Amino acid sequence: MSSGAHTLPETAGVYWRPRVDERRLDGQARIWTLTMAAHTVPFIMVAVGFFIVEPLSFPVGLISLAHAWAIPELYAKRGANVLRQARSRGRSDEARATAVGLLGDLVGHDARALHARTGLVTERGSLGIWLVGEAGAVLIRPGGRRAHCFCVRVEDPDLPPADRIAHLLLALREDEAGFATVANGAFTGAPWRVRRRLLEVMRPGIDAAVIAARALDRRPPG
Amino acid sequence: MAKLIRMDQTGHTTLAEWTVGDADAIDAAVQAFRRELDAGFYAVVSTGEGHAEQVRELPLDADLVILRRPIAGG
Repeated sequence: MSSGAHTLPETAGVYWRPRVDERRLDGQARIWTLTMAAHTVPFIMVAVGFFIVEPLSFPVGLISLAHAWAIPELYAKRGANVLRQARSRGRSDEARATAVGLLGDLVGHDARALHARTGLVTERGSLGIWLVGEAGAVLIRPGGRRAHCFCVRVEDPDLPPADRIAHLLLALREDEAGFATVANGAFTGAPWRVRRRLLEVMRPGIDAAVIAARALDRRPPG
Repeated sequence: MAKLIRMDQTGHTTLAEWTVGDADAIDAAVQAFRRELDAGFYAVVSTGEGHAEQVRELPLDADLVILRRPIAGG
């Protein structure tokens, strides 16, 4: 994948955004963790506090704990939505098959098989393992413990699904950091949170990405 | 034979095919290439596994040149 010699032209449209790199991704991950803690810890403290002061107030505590559970789940749902299928599904079966053929030419055997099962494609990059869908991508960082969900798409409602993925895949291969810069971040957190909110048919996709990410070394390629 | 294809609603459309030495085919391919770039497409060639490069001139030695639309954050 390009390491910056060729910059994705779309980055000119988001010139105010700092270019994504390892350090920035790690920073975003820390901010998301702090945000989640800020959203959930107060509710947990309220539940515990109420129970200590008056055990009969446990229904209020349960409601509070439900909030603490639901808020991260809602964010994870937002993250998982980046892999949802686009509303328009292309014009014809022939167009879809043609697009699948081109996408198949762009990826290897394993990615082709995964796409046939899940509608998603994995791609190894310098930032981690990417799981690319029709309207977004999830980056699993080396080690497999952190997922960054990005909303990014090509604006053409008539494109067949596989062509949408091919568009994103080619842009990713042109300039990985530029791709992550252009895309809108939707969620950062544990891959299992995203997995739970994915359609069942897509779960093997994120499983494959996590397994591949675990095998990656944390150090940047030298 | 080298190909210039555009990803579109049909899956993809072959806009031009050429071989080195066929001046007429190359001329037609270059014109088609420029027309699509003027229409807002980006041209990409694969440069090895997992790598691609945007090109602004038709690379006559490439096997496949793919035209894609711009992407944007959703």
